Amino acid sequence: MNLVAHVIRQAANAAGLLLAVLVLNFCLIHLTPGDPAQVMAGEMGGASPEVMAALRVKYGLDHSLAEQLLTYLSKVATGDFGYSYYFNEPVVGLIAQRLPATLYLVLSALLLSVLIGTLLGVVSARRPNGLFSQAVTVLSLAGYAAPIFWTGLMLLLLFGSVWPVLPVSGMADVVTPKTGLAYAIDVARHLVLPSSTLALVFIAQYSRLARVNMIDALAADYVRTARAKGLPEYVVVGKHALRNTLIPIVTVAGLQFGQLFAGAVLVETIFSWPGMGRLVFESILRRDYPTLLAILFFSAVLVMAANIVTDLVYRLIDPRIRSGAP
Amino acid sequence: MSSIVSKLAFALTVTLAAAALRALPARAGDGGTVVIATTQAPRHFNGAVQSGLATALPSTQIFASPLRYDDNWNPKPYLAESWQTAPDGLSITLKLVKNAVFHDGHPVTSEDVAFSIMAIKANHPFQSMLAAVEKVDTPDPYTAVIRLSYPHPALLLAMSPALMPILPKHIYGDGQDLKSHPANLKPVGSGPFRLTDYKQGEYYTLEKFDRFFIPGRPRLDKIVVRIISDPNAALVSLERGDVNVLPFVTGVRDIDRLEKTPNVYVTSKGFAGIGALNWLAFNTRKKPLDDVRVRQAIGFAANRDFIINKLMGGKATAATGPIAPGSPLAEPDVEAYKFDLARAEQLLDAAGYPKKPDGSRLSLTIDYIPGADEQQRNIAEYLRSQLKRAGINLEVRAAADFPTWAQRISTYDFDMTMDTVFNWGDPVIGVDRTYLSSNIRKGIIWSNTQQYSNPKVDELLAAAARETSPEKRKALYSEFQKIVVSDAPIFYINATPYYNAFSKGLSGLPTTIWGLMSPLDELYWETPPKT
Repeated sequence: MNLVAHVIRQAANAAGLLLAVLVLNFCLIHLTPGDPAQVMAGEMGGASPEVMAALRVKYGLDHSLAEQLLTYLSKVATGDFGYSYYFNEPVVGLIAQRLPATLYLVLSALLLSVLIGTLLGVVSARRPNGLFSQAVTVLSLAGYAAPIFWTGLMLLLLFGSVWPVLPVSGMADVVTPKTGLAYAIDVARHLVLPSSTLALVFIAQYSRLARVNMIDALAADYVRTARAKGLPEYVVVGKHALRNTLIPIVTVAGLQFGQLFAGAVLVETIFSWPGMGRLVFESILRRDYPTLLAILFFSAVLVMAANIVTDLVYRLIDPRIRSGAP
Repeated sequence: MSSIVSKLAFALTVTLAAAALRALPARAGDGGTVVIATTQAPRHFNGAVQSGLATALPSTQIFASPLRYDDNWNPKPYLAESWQTAPDGLSITLKLVKNAVFHDGHPVTSEDVAFSIMAIKANHPFQSMLAAVEKVDTPDPYTAVIRLSYPHPALLLAMSPALMPILPKHIYGDGQDLKSHPANLKPVGSGPFRLTDYKQGEYYTLEKFDRFFIPGRPRLDKIVVRIISDPNAALVSLERGDVNVLPFVTGVRDIDRLEKTPNVYVTSKGFAGIGALNWLAFNTRKKPLDDVRVRQAIGFAANRDFIINKLMGGKATAATGPIAPGSPLAEPDVEAYKFDLARAEQLLDAAGYPKKPDGSRLSLTIDYIPGADEQQRNIAEYLRSQLKRAGINLEVRAAADFPTWAQRISTYDFDMTMDTVFNWGDPVIGVDRTYLSSNIRKGIIWSNTQQYSNPKVDELLAAAARETSPEKRKALYSEFQKIVVSDAPIFYINATPYYNAFSKGLSGLPTTIWGLMSPLDELYWETPPKT
């Protein structure tokens, strides 16, 4: 199948899926008990019945669920994702403010976990029963078993309190704001703990994956042939074996993009990282339906885009897929 | 000629400079920045249309109000240099200071005061606060006369910074809806600090307003409020000195830890105004809790002392009635429901719930507000084992989040629930709502969700709300408290242990009844932090 047709088909599937995401999320959110008026009353320390009724009319909560859904879908079709109930600002603007922070976090964590995970896996696969390999296995299991919020809190205590060398909250120094290169370095320092927390779980997964696949690849006939041809070891491992090891890693990385977003919700909350994950968490508690629905929608778009990109990268790495060979 | 002009100009400059120096005497400790951490992001900065802690903190820095309060509930001049209540109690005359200006340079006049009071009456969630206000007359630019349809002594407390910010009429009076007015995010007030930067969900910066009407204040140059969503991260930030003020610390372990931190000062002063009470509420229209004896029995079996001394590590104060212990209107002489298991069992026997062979008498459910474990969940769990001793089987019902809990309670789908409710200074603002039978309003959280109804209580609260003699008013509230405690729609447990933590070196701390919900114009660095 040619590449363009493939991408078009993928995009059409994605559009159908996005509509399903909107409708399902809308119904699920409205099924949860409580509504935004109650949250606001709670936050204000109480409110009169008149104020509560006015809030419900303002947000259209006095209409039937079907009417609310139709109104919402027709607005989304015109690109209008509405106003946040909580901040009284256009939702798209809110997301645009938060998206860069989440992308910094998720992409840096992805990069860290793929690079370090693959490296650890490859090195330990060369001597599967060696001390280094055993150590990587134990660390991987520990990293995989530890919940993200626990890892986050431990790193926060370690580098924030016991050995206070790294900032523990926010994205930049807001007391004496910096500009230019100094700002970039400041953001990078603030990114270390959140990004490492999110990456740790995934490093464990990638190192396991890379190790197993590398062990298989190194035992394969083509590696024996390469060695027999007298190729240097770094070419055998780096070019022949690694290329085959990378295929499952890229596939898993694409699939796990959604999980990274889910992990970002916890990490952003622990480290006050001003991204979409924290906004989604707060929006659930506030029953801020428009904000929540829009974030879920755009997250779905990003995950789908990641899957399409994975598919393309997959084709680049593996010539058999490119040529349509079995 | 020109030399005379230049000499006159020089003389004028010198005089003005001298006047400016007199107005703003420089003192040691002036200047510097304070960083405050908060877990709550404000919806906006306009306290006239939004109550709650997240907005009150910035709103009271940005906007000034007619009065402010000291540590002992005494009103002090602020925008109003004097105030006079008419003998019939039907009007209050405010004389405004003449040198107050808004951050955009416009003078603060009685027109602004009149506009703000009517705007707050129309838009603020606490509708009872200004219900008595009919109109505000403005005989001259610096005199405002608040006309009331009936005497309303709560009005004096309602003139506090957290409840009555004075808005500039020339900005907010443009006909737009005040709740969604664009200026709510770009506020212009006449308070000690002005908002200069806001990154939604991350931080906001308040800078000293040079033309603030009180000479020599504020003493700080800048306040940065950082929104740190995780309480642990906020705590660590204070210990490290990244943050200088941590408000509303309520975890017993956190308080303990901060008290042992060498560079931190912790105080429970500054919360008398909000008067937060932690209690166990009963659904008084549902069997078996419709019987006062069952409710009283639970009170006698619960053991408040254990809860306060063991579960809360002695960090909380006992509460025995509907008015918080810090208020001058609180009545200590009420039935205390001291732990008495035998008496609880007698009451349950009398109510027709004898002990069955398996030791049980009846089964109930208990809810709690999720998120505040020490004040809510832990007590619910403790009561499950404690009340079993009196033969009451409790099922603890968790709620996923606040709206889920609020939905259950406000639609009366509960037997008993833990709850935290604020007094908000005067009983008319924050106490009456829980007990008035006219406020049994389904679907409204923190209305009279107990569905408690006693005509005598309704009568007393109505009379006290209008009583202008402080002594008679106190006597009316005293009788009200005795009746309510005896009727037991609620078992009062404790005043919620709120603490503020400050970096050592800070002075002029906000320990008034409104604490950090009042202007921080006196806060300064006595010993500046090492950088």
